Amino acid sequence: MVAALSGSKLRARRMALGLRQGDVAQAAGLSASYLNLIEHNRRRVPPDVLSRLAAALSDTPEAFADGGGGAALDDLRAVALAWPAAEFARTDEFAQRFPGWAEAVLAMHHRSMAQEAAIAAVNDRMSHDPHLSASLHEVLSAVASVRSTSVILAETDDLEPEWQARFMRNLDQDSARLAKGAEALVRYLDSGGQIDAQGSASPQEEVEAWASGLDWQIASADIPSALSASARDMARALQGDIRADHASLPNAAFRAAIAAHGPDPLAIASALSAPPFAAFRRLAFAPDLGLGLVACDGSGTLVLRRPIPGFSLPRFGAACPLWPLFTALARPMQAIEAVVEVGAAIPNAPRFSLRAFGMASHPAGFGGPELRRAMMLIIPASAQAAPVQGVGATCRTCLRTHCPARREPSILAGAPERNSAPNSGL
Amino acid sequence: MAGHILLIEDEPNIAEAIRFLLGRDGWQVTVLTTGQGAIAEIARLCPQLVILDLMLPVRSGLQILTDIRADPATQDLPVLMLTAKGQERDREAALAAGVSNFMTKPFDNKEMCAAVRTLMGGD
Repeated sequence: MVAALSGSKLRARRMALGLRQGDVAQAAGLSASYLNLIEHNRRRVPPDVLSRLAAALSDTPEAFADGGGGAALDDLRAVALAWPAAEFARTDEFAQRFPGWAEAVLAMHHRSMAQEAAIAAVNDRMSHDPHLSASLHEVLSAVASVRSTSVILAETDDLEPEWQARFMRNLDQDSARLAKGAEALVRYLDSGGQIDAQGSASPQEEVEAWASGLDWQIASADIPSALSASARDMARALQGDIRADHASLPNAAFRAAIAAHGPDPLAIASALSAPPFAAFRRLAFAPDLGLGLVACDGSGTLVLRRPIPGFSLPRFGAACPLWPLFTALARPMQAIEAVVEVGAAIPNAPRFSLRAFGMASHPAGFGGPELRRAMMLIIPASAQAAPVQGVGATCRTCLRTHCPARREPSILAGAPERNSAPNSGL
Repeated sequence: MAGHILLIEDEPNIAEAIRFLLGRDGWQVTVLTTGQGAIAEIARLCPQLVILDLMLPVRSGLQILTDIRADPATQDLPVLMLTAKGQERDREAALAAGVSNFMTKPFDNKEMCAAVRTLMGGD
C-alpha cells in the first residue's frame, strides 16, 4: 500500500477536530487556498509550515510526517510522467485517496508496457490479420477505459457516491478484462490452430489452415483456388509427400506396426522399411491418434506445424531451443526423446513425450550443400511420466523466467525489467 | 438548452466515462452501443455532434461515417471518431470519408473534452 501523506493527515486531523480550513490557516499564518493545496497533497509542506499547522491542530509535527510511499509512489509518479497530459502534481493525491486502485493502475501500467512492446512488434501484421487486430483492440479498449476512469476518480473532488461506486466497479471489471485480454492475445500468438485461410499471412499458414480445416486428411482433397499461388504449390508438395507416405506405409501394415510398437516412428519405419519421416507424418496425420508434429529445416525454421491441444507451436519467430527437435537437427540419425511440461511449472501440468529425429541429405551430390531436416512427434504423456524437462513454445510467451536458454524477455512476466536476463548468445 | 451529442461506442465502461465527462461539461449525451440503427437514431435525435467508435458490431464506424456524409441532411454533421493505436489505415480511410477529428484510445480526458468543445463550436 502507498503510505499516508502529510496533507491527507492534516486534513483528517482538522476534520476530526471539527475546525474550518480558514480558521486553521489563519492560526498557522497561511492563506486558506495554500492550506487547501497542502491538504490535497498538491504542495509539499516545508518543515516550518508543518510545525505551525501541527500547533494549530494541537499536535506534534511528527504526527503529520509524510509516510513516503516508497517504490510504489515512485512508480506511480513514473506512470504520470509517462503520460504527458497526466496531472503529475496530483499523483500523490490519487495514491492517497485510492491506494488500492493506485496499485491496480500500476500493475496494469506494467502489463500495458509489456503489451505495447508486443503491439509494436506485430503492428505491421495487424492490417493483414483480423484475429490479431480484434485481440489488440480488446486490450486497448480495456486500457482506454482504465485510463479514463482512473483519471476521473483522481480529479473529481465532488464525485457523487453513486458515480464513484460505478467507476470503481468499472475499474474492477476492466482490470479483469485486461488480464483475460492479455491471455487471449498470447494464446493467439502461440496457437497455429485458430487461423483460417483469410487471416493467414504466409503461404505456410495458408496451407496449415486449409489442412487443419480438413483434419489433415488432404491426400486427395482439392486444393482451393482461394489459396495464394505459393500456398497452392506448397499444398501440392505436401500432398505428394503424404501420398508417398501412404504408399510406403499401407494402412493395414501401418496399423499392425502401431499395435506392435506403439507411436514409435523409427520402429515403424524400420519394421516396414519406410523412410523415417514418412512414419512421423503418418502417425501425426492419423485422425484417431491425436498426435502433433513439427518439422524444421537446417536453419531451425518451422516448416510444418500440426498442433495439438496443450502444446503450443509459435506462429512467428523461433521456437523453444530446448525442444528435442533442435537436438535432433544438430545430431542427425540419432533418436532424441524427452518427456516435457509446457509453460509455467504448475502442479499436474500436462506432459508430452517428444520424439525427434534429424536427417542430412545431399540432393546435389558431393558438389552441393548438405541439407538438414528434423521432425518431432508430439505425444500426450501421463502425468506421472518422468523425468520431465520444462519447455515453452517461444521465449516471448514463455513463463519460465529462469530458463538458461532464454533469448529474450517474456512479454508475460510483468514489467520487462522483472524478467530474467536473456542469454547473451555468446 | 445543452448541446446534444450522440455517442456510438460498444464498450460500456468507456461510454460511461465519456458520458460522465461530457455531462459535467454541460452536454446532453445519448449512448448507442451498436452501429445498427445509428443512421435512424441520428435522424431522430438530430445531435450536434456524433462521437463514433471505429470498431463497432454489426455496422462499422467507417460505414456509418460514409452514410452520414452521403445524406444531405447530415453531410456537415461533425463526427469525432475514436480509434485505437495500430488502426492507421482505417484512420486514413476515415479521413478520406470526411471525419472531422480523431481521438486515439487510450485518450486523455481533457483532450477529449477540448475536442468536443471545439467541434460544438465552443473554442
